[in-house]
Amino acid sequence: MSAAMNSHKTMTIGEGGLLAFIVVGGLTSLVVAGRALDTPMQIHSFIFALAAVLAGIAVLKRYYDRPAELPPQEIDGLPNYNMGIVKFLTVISVFWGVVGFLVGLIISLQLAWPALNFDFEYVAFSRLRPVHTSAVIFAFGGNVLLATSFYVVQKTCRARLAGELAPWFVAIGYNLFIVIAATGYVLGVTQSKEYAEPEWYADLWLTIVWVVYLLVFLGTLWKRKEPHIYVANWFYLAFIVTIAMLHIVNNLTIPVSIFSSKSVIVWSGIQDAMVQWWYGHNAVGFFLTAGFLAIMYYFIPKRAERPVYSYRLSIVHFWSLIFIYIWAGPHHLHYTAVPQWAQTLGMTFSIMLWMPSWGGMINGLMTLSGAWDKLRTDPVLRMMVVSVAFYGMSTFEGPLMSVRAVNSLSHYTDWTIGHVHSGAMGWVGYISFGALYCLVPWLWNRKALYSEKLVSWHFWLSTIGIVLYITSMWVAGIMQGLMWRAYTELGFLQFAFIETVEAMHPFYVIRALGGLLFVLGSFVMAYNIYMTIRHGEREEPTREAAPGMVPAE
Amino acid sequence: MADASHGRDVDELSGTETTGHEWDGIKELNTPLPSWWVWVFYATVAWSVVYWILMPSWPLISDYTKGIRGHSQRALVAEQVAELQAFRAERGAGLIDAALEEIRDTPELLTFAMANGQAAFGDNCAACHGTGAAGFVGYPNLNDDAWLWGGTLEDIHQTILFGIRSAHDETRFGDMPGFGRDGVLDREQIRDVTAYVLSLSGLEGPTGANLEEGAVIYADNCAACHGDNGEGVHALGAPNLADAIWLFGSSIEQVTESIANGRAGVMPAFVDRLDPITAKSLAVYVHSLGGGQ
Amino acid sequence: MSIMKRHTILEKNSLLLTVSILVVVSIGGLVEIVPLFYLKSTIEKVEGMRPYTPLELAGREIYVREGCYVCHSQMIRPMRDEIDRYGHYSLAAESMYDRPFQWGSKRSGPDLARVGGKYSDQWHMEHLINPQAVVPASIMPGYPHIAERDLEVNVVRETLRTHQFLGVPYSQEKIDNALADLRAQANPDSEGVDALLERYPKAVVSDFDGDTSRLTEMDALIAYLQMLGTLVDFSIYDNKANLR
Repeated sequence: MSAAMNSHKTMTIGEGGLLAFIVVGGLTSLVVAGRALDTPMQIHSFIFALAAVLAGIAVLKRYYDRPAELPPQEIDGLPNYNMGIVKFLTVISVFWGVVGFLVGLIISLQLAWPALNFDFEYVAFSRLRPVHTSAVIFAFGGNVLLATSFYVVQKTCRARLAGELAPWFVAIGYNLFIVIAATGYVLGVTQSKEYAEPEWYADLWLTIVWVVYLLVFLGTLWKRKEPHIYVANWFYLAFIVTIAMLHIVNNLTIPVSIFSSKSVIVWSGIQDAMVQWWYGHNAVGFFLTAGFLAIMYYFIPKRAERPVYSYRLSIVHFWSLIFIYIWAGPHHLHYTAVPQWAQTLGMTFSIMLWMPSWGGMINGLMTLSGAWDKLRTDPVLRMMVVSVAFYGMSTFEGPLMSVRAVNSLSHYTDWTIGHVHSGAMGWVGYISFGALYCLVPWLWNRKALYSEKLVSWHFWLSTIGIVLYITSMWVAGIMQGLMWRAYTELGFLQFAFIETVEAMHPFYVIRALGGLLFVLGSFVMAYNIYMTIRHGEREEPTREAAPGMVPAE
Repeated sequence: MADASHGRDVDELSGTETTGHEWDGIKELNTPLPSWWVWVFYATVAWSVVYWILMPSWPLISDYTKGIRGHSQRALVAEQVAELQAFRAERGAGLIDAALEEIRDTPELLTFAMANGQAAFGDNCAACHGTGAAGFVGYPNLNDDAWLWGGTLEDIHQTILFGIRSAHDETRFGDMPGFGRDGVLDREQIRDVTAYVLSLSGLEGPTGANLEEGAVIYADNCAACHGDNGEGVHALGAPNLADAIWLFGSSIEQVTESIANGRAGVMPAFVDRLDPITAKSLAVYVHSLGGGQ
Repeated sequence: MSIMKRHTILEKNSLLLTVSILVVVSIGGLVEIVPLFYLKSTIEKVEGMRPYTPLELAGREIYVREGCYVCHSQMIRPMRDEIDRYGHYSLAAESMYDRPFQWGSKRSGPDLARVGGKYSDQWHMEHLINPQAVVPASIMPGYPHIAERDLEVNVVRETLRTHQFLGVPYSQEKIDNALADLRAQANPDSEGVDALLERYPKAVVSDFDGDTSRLTEMDALIAYLQMLGTLVDFSIYDNKANLR
């Protein structure tokens, strides 16, 4: 090819390999598109083909535009960090966050006023709910995890991210998965496994992306200049490895045809239920807990400028957390046809999980000892600390709800929805917002955020929103559970099911109001971050000072 | 725990030793595990062990540990259901053997049957007949005096048990043919008979219809089931056409549709879903709603 | 202390750390999942379970596609109020052919495990098209498109074959006659009904959507809903044999 224009420049193995992969993948997609047996499959294979064309162009353009020399690993003895990818992921996180929260608001309004479903299949609650859950967990949360892990692993290893194109393949490929998943739900492509709804081809694609993610992460660890691996990276690694295991096992399906979007899962009935909630619970445990604890372990000490409270606690709670979490899945199946021995294990391990979970909270909160005064002046730090408080609350509520007697009341009700949202909005949301508020000025070399006052606005709007949300869902859920089991004096059921539905209405309205406040808060954040990037006061990029004379060890 | 070669590094604020490592400016204190944390963790483990001993818990090669309490949720609920049934049997003693009229006329039995019937109605009947039993188009109002298949206690009980055009062998069955669909009547004839049927309850028919023709067609085709004067026949489930009650609607379009394509509303049989006392109670309850005969 | 000291080995070796994590997180799942495949007590012995008919299976796919499981469980718990409201608690055996399972996790609407036969076809159709027309207080969305759309049948045989490959007892005969069975079930007047009932005992044959001239998605979905929870014959089921 015309690489001869510059005789020194040769295509790297990564570039050539990726191009070959794109060509093969693109052609395969086109063949599938041509012979697709259903419309969604056709649309999706065209999206894949289009993505291949765009990616091919991007790789070639990048090749022609780049100097013959690849970016150096170090400049003047200091690591030459790859921050472009982190910037991209940061921006796209904010985008998906706003989208995901907005869809959540819409579906909460649909539950209060069903006319808002408009009798239109593509916006029916039942198709939009997976869009909301996937958008907030995988699109928003996932991109935050990618962004922060790529940032933290570089900084704490003092090494440039492994690979030049590989991180971009991960970032773009992951977001392509999100697009395929979300458009799939709207079109009716789902395998109905909660938080694992995408069909076989999307799962296959995510598997490829995830393996590359693991390699990029490990590759960076291998290049590290610090002898020890920092605790945040243990959590990131556990998150990446375990999610890979869960994803593969839970999504073992046989496609009906490679030209069809439909597949049949290898597990059936009770075994499928067990595998699903082993997956489902640990998507919470490893995606939303381990991953975000990793964020906490870097951003809180960094922002507070205080050492992590206890290294020993880190070790003990890390290993106990990841060992015990995996067992807790069957508490989602209390009183079902799953044998009681499994339910017992699920419940007891959930109880034992309480302290390992709280180990993270203690390390997060106690890291602030000596720096509590900063909470008054730094709204970003305040957000992260409140996040850890929400973490503590939901990791107490979780074991509580796993007790069979409590679960017999709470299961199938909105109490569960409230519990999930105190974790998702309070813990995952706030630690992510905190990390994003930290990252943006660091990445774009700004002296500070555009406005700290707006951070406070974001904080208060969303805090009131969360409080409205979880309190209304507590009342709604407990009330519904009690109404279902209420008997009259003569020994008959007191309420028909539909009466319990009617009773939910006021609480669904309050919940939607809480959601609205949370969405407004995220708009404030998006504006603040946009203004910081576009108009923030520049800080001259000072090469960071060489780390202390004493190398870590 | 800093290596001796680097000396001890102590955090000034807390006075605690650090591990001596540093990552991007972050250090770690070597604080011991909080003892309350350790003890609460041990307590949860101890509690779990006790729970495992008591309850079914660990899977083995060919079985699982049953626990010394011999607990079984399924046995427990069987007990609870039996208890509840015993309680109901006591409170509603006599209901099982009593005739429906007897239940209606005995206050103690009636109170119980009404409570039982009302509870069963909400989750079994209200979906079609409405929470207030006022029905919808195609689903009869149970508050009025019109009864397709008869409104005595026995009739209602029979309908509840075996349904109408249901899958049960003893179902009530009636057939309203589609006179247009089956080619019995042409469009004009349907128009005329529609007008005649509507006229029975004083309603305006389609314009241009011939009422006299309609009356003749009615006599030939409809009177056998609906009666000479449109009064209906319970045994066939043929509705009264002369009252102001229209199960499938009284608009010209709706009546034309009924005649042209027939109607065949289905009510499922509840004999396998409701226990005998509940079915009886439900009959009494429905009968009491207003129009029982 | 020495354990803490030894931990530095893991902190310095990323591959060892990765493998250790993988081992530690594998244990719980193995202990909880694997016995479900070999313990005989897991799935009760019952009379009456059979694989889904092709039409029921197609209806099930529509149930899944629309996300019904988001608001409706199919799992009656062994509690007295649930038994009173919905019927006999669900057995593991009743979902033995469910791929994937549809137990659900939230009841914004009522449980559907035994909804089969509870309402008429006509009611289901009206309710699915416009729930508030029959249940004014319902918060369920309307699904009018299901009534309008013809049922896609181009992968019916492949679907059955895939199930067969995974161990569901679909005989070659069932696969060969999949399309005929599918059409016969929605048309009580068709010739194939007897053969269908022989292959799939207790299958409900009906003109589900009230229009035999077309085979719609509504036909399939109602066929599925009308068989839910109806297969196991509880009059001969021995509760005491399957306590656990």
